[in-house]
Amino acid sequence: MDDKIRREIILDNYESPFHKGLVDDNGYKRVSYKSQTCIDNLDYQIKIEDNIVKDIRFDGDACAIATSSSSIMINNLIGKSVDDVRRILYNYKNMIEEKDYDNKIIGELEVYSNISKQPNRINCALICCNAIEDVIKN
Amino acid sequence: MNREDFIMLNKDIVYLDSASTSLKPKCVIDSMNDYYFNNTSNIHRGEYNEAILNNKLYDETKMEIAKFINCDKREVIYTSGCTSSINMFVLGYMKKYLKNGDVVLLSKSEHASNLLPWFNLSKEIGIKIKYIDLDSDYKLDYSSIDKLIKENNVKVISLAHITNVIGDIRDISYIGDICKKNNILFCVDAAQSIQHVKIDFKKYNISFLSFSSHKMMGPTGIGVLVGRYDLLEKMEPLFLGGDMNLDFESDCSYSFKEIPSRFEAGTMPIAEVIGLLNSIKYINNIGVLKIHSYIKELRDYLVSGLDKLDNIVVYNRNSDSGIVIFNVDKIFSQDVAIYLAHYNICVRAGNHCDKILKDELGVSNTVRVSLYLYNNKEDIDKLLNALKNIDKIYDIIL
Ligand SMILES: Cc1ncc(COP(=O)(O)O)c(C=O)c1O
Repeated sequence: MDDKIRREIILDNYESPFHKGLVDDNGYKRVSYKSQTCIDNLDYQIKIEDNIVKDIRFDGDACAIATSSSSIMINNLIGKSVDDVRRILYNYKNMIEEKDYDNKIIGELEVYSNISKQPNRINCALICCNAIEDVIKN
Repeated sequence: MNREDFIMLNKDIVYLDSASTSLKPKCVIDSMNDYYFNNTSNIHRGEYNEAILNNKLYDETKMEIAKFINCDKREVIYTSGCTSSINMFVLGYMKKYLKNGDVVLLSKSEHASNLLPWFNLSKEIGIKIKYIDLDSDYKLDYSSIDKLIKENNVKVISLAHITNVIGDIRDISYIGDICKKNNILFCVDAAQSIQHVKIDFKKYNISFLSFSSHKMMGPTGIGVLVGRYDLLEKMEPLFLGGDMNLDFESDCSYSFKEIPSRFEAGTMPIAEVIGLLNSIKYINNIGVLKIHSYIKELRDYLVSGLDKLDNIVVYNRNSDSGIVIFNVDKIFSQDVAIYLAHYNICVRAGNHCDKILKDELGVSNTVRVSLYLYNNKEDIDKLLNALKNIDKIYDIIL
């Protein structure tokens, strides 16, 4: 992907993230995610009905990578079945960890395909993924 | 000053993270290498030359520390760092002598290591923690101390001499006097001050003083706890084993060595002790006063440079140490740190181990620049230049 386009997508999602701001609704499961290694501190709310991810919200203080990847990831996941979500998370994680992945499954998230070159940012790119994984595991 | 002594500066690096850990001068590293290359031995158990030399250096370091901060040599205990020093007296002394309802005064700008051990006592034995107010500069509001003492059963005041986020220098002479008058134990966390401010353990009526070697140009892995002798007599050793016992029998009876040996169980970090000795000598050769005024001059230069940039908020403009915290408008502090790292400028972003200061500061995270004697105005110019061009941040970090 062209660097300029990649940067624009990340920046757009950082400066005006989708799905930011939590809601007061018991139908959502909530997870707080404090990074163990840096200062990202985000909360996620996820609403699953009939095995479909109906909505995800997030909020908190975090860097450009953690915030933008949450925004893009959530965009990708809403409306998908839990199995599809699992598949997307699995492929995304593989990409971040430089393993084989299917780029058709992760779509726009491919903007983070180079993140492994900056090892201290890998965790930032994985926060959203780990948080959502935690919720669907239960 | 003295940049040539710091090999790491031969790299093209602007090191502005000395409040995390300082660089080490060559003489400190050489002294440790000498131990490893030429004079390895344990201490207190050998009759050969190397062991005798190391016994001597181990002792000499205590004398040097005692002179450095004006205490008795027997009051100096080696620990693994400031955190372990604070835990040692909180768990070994305070846990035994404080009672349910006793009040300990802290502040919200303390480092985690001067908060969590006390929180633990509040859970375990029911001590009450009260925070001394901070004023509009986030410095201690001294008038609130008297009030807190009048209204509460205050048994201990435990404070950083210089805080690691705001960088304000507390008047520990004044607070020491208050403690003496009111029969209150006074614990000072000197992690950020020992490297550039004169401390007088006796004169300031300090009960327990803690610091780390790695922030004063010494090695990691060693710190110091200085405790008033009569308090050390009552303090429990937390670790039992070799080199701290005088005798033991198969019926489980045992006795301890004298103070302070009973608090130094097992093989101590001998190379690090020797490194610390040389870092103190290094500081003494320059003089703490000179170091402090140099840092202050650099700080003023930095703050006036930051003031000229209009997208920057400095939170601790009126502090006197080498610590300056700021944020760049609309940019997350960690992203600023990553951007600066691109230019080999080392700073730190975050809450700097104080997660409750946000109550006062209104922001949870900041960029922290911390200066020490090997920095110069050119370092600061490089930082200011990078910050001037921060509108390009995302071209660089994304
Ligand atoms: C004020 C203060 N106290 C205590 C500590 C803990 O020191 P150490 O991590 O060396 O144990 C630090 C270190 O950052 C500090 O700045």
